[in-house]
Amino acid sequence: MGEHSLNKKQGITSLRIKRILITIVLILISIMCLFWFVLLFVNTTRSNGELGRGFTLIPSTHLITNIKNLYEGTIPILNGMLNSFLVAGLSALLCVYFSTMTAYAVQMYTFKGKKAIITFILAIMMIPTQVTALGFINLVSALGLENNFIPLIIPSIAAPVTFFYMKQYMASNLPPSLIEAARIDGAGELKTFNLIALPLMKPAIAVQAIFTFVASWNNYFVPSLILHDDTKKTLPVLIAQLRSADWLKFDMGQVYAMISFSIFPVIIVYLILSKNIVGGTTAGGVKE
Amino acid sequence: MKTGKTNVVSKYNRWGYIFLIPFFVVFLIFQLIPLVNTIYNSFFENYMSGLRRVGPNFVGFQNYSALFKGGDLLQYFGNTMIMWIMGFVPQILLALLLGAWFANPSLRLKGQRFFKTVIYLPNLIMASAFAMLFFTLFADGGPINNMLIQAGMIAQPIKFMSNVWTVRSLVAFMNFLIWFGNTTILLLAGMLGIPADLYEAAEVDGASPTTIFFKITLPLLKPIFIYVIITSLIGGLQMFDVPQILTNGSGDPMRSSMTLIMYLNKHLYSKNYGMAGALSVLLLIITGILSLIVFKFTAKKEAK
Repeated sequence: MGEHSLNKKQGITSLRIKRILITIVLILISIMCLFWFVLLFVNTTRSNGELGRGFTLIPSTHLITNIKNLYEGTIPILNGMLNSFLVAGLSALLCVYFSTMTAYAVQMYTFKGKKAIITFILAIMMIPTQVTALGFINLVSALGLENNFIPLIIPSIAAPVTFFYMKQYMASNLPPSLIEAARIDGAGELKTFNLIALPLMKPAIAVQAIFTFVASWNNYFVPSLILHDDTKKTLPVLIAQLRSADWLKFDMGQVYAMISFSIFPVIIVYLILSKNIVGGTTAGGVKE
Repeated sequence: MKTGKTNVVSKYNRWGYIFLIPFFVVFLIFQLIPLVNTIYNSFFENYMSGLRRVGPNFVGFQNYSALFKGGDLLQYFGNTMIMWIMGFVPQILLALLLGAWFANPSLRLKGQRFFKTVIYLPNLIMASAFAMLFFTLFADGGPINNMLIQAGMIAQPIKFMSNVWTVRSLVAFMNFLIWFGNTTILLLAGMLGIPADLYEAAEVDGASPTTIFFKITLPLLKPIFIYVIITSLIGGLQMFDVPQILTNGSGDPMRSSMTLIMYLNKHLYSKNYGMAGALSVLLLIITGILSLIVFKFTAKKEAK
């Protein structure tokens, strides 16, 4: 008896030590994740001269100066942010609205070829955008849409991944009886979708809107192929332009400010909404 | 529910087709037509010679044989795979470890939500800006070199950007940072889905935590494991933003970090459409085969 409780006590102590060790490892991993962004922030607050003098994690006082210099410099940063915001915002809006609509079509109606359509969307899900890029830029130039945001926004209407997420969410959260009740009340189909289905899909719409916004905000490959005018470029394209410039001549404070403008908006939004985002990654992807 | 209402419902069912129209029209215009055009272009000689356009002339499979000649393709494929493996192996190991810790109820770890939020954060960062950040941080006179010199760990700055393995390591490390949180969350979801009574039964039988991990957790995790590996491999083949920005599209030193998509991007910029088409079709075929493997396994899982 006594020996047993002693063993138990030892077990609890070793568990406590284990817990402390694991927490230390987790803290180290967190530092590995956050270090780069802390350093980025600190460097954004330092002047070019200070940056040349050495490494530190203590913020300086030149944040506003760097931002002001960047704004007055040759890189159209404000334009870039507005462009990125416009493209990402409209992409997210169209993507969630029409993906919900497509999911609604296969979830709420019975019609011939429905199964084949779902399989087809599953099959096209894995086609990487890079693989069709050649045909895409040929199409864009044939339509005269270079330096235009339309080819960056409209394609988000056909988003297989968002569609599947919406379909799954709908299957467990939108009972068909509800839609039927609306029909009996005489509401039109489009009206039923807009006024009854959409509001009930809000949680899923919010998660997918964030994901689509971030993906579009960060997208570099396709925009770099079709946006050539400086005033039309989005942030990733401007970053690439900054990289290919003779960067040694640059005021490094401005370079860090530019990177900050691309990274921190997303981080701030993420920290506010992180609960939905971290949960949202698995809810639609792998179901168990 | 069916028989009585069929007549009423069938009246509405054409709306199923109507609601599908936007998706399929956009898919047709912006994905299917470009795909067909890409395949079509792969059979034509079509490139710029100075300011003069050569072609388009039908050449059959000549672009494909040109692609395989000279060994460039193989080298770039090798680069892509090396950098993917260098990032993926530590990523999956760390994700397994973290997943096992988070899923273990007896540990009762504090601050789980905080840690999950932090490790997932790099996944949302603009990869091109992240690469630009690393380029400035790891520059010859950059903060990392300054830090190491100030700490007395090195006397001369390390030239990160002119060594084959430091460049590859930086690319792999960035990919690792971007993806390990995501992989952890995926594996964790799988681990939490394993019935608790299985663990309890094993504990009653006196199995050690290590035995439980290798004999119960890992085998039951196999479907998700395969899903994670293959989707990561598909993503790895598309590796572009990070090495492109880090090396300014050159893939230097000596094109040792040039990936397949960077190669494609080069052909697209120089308007070498024949070669770009052939390379795209090749990538499409590889991705298609890999996707089929994923579908096979996920279909099996659902059938169970």
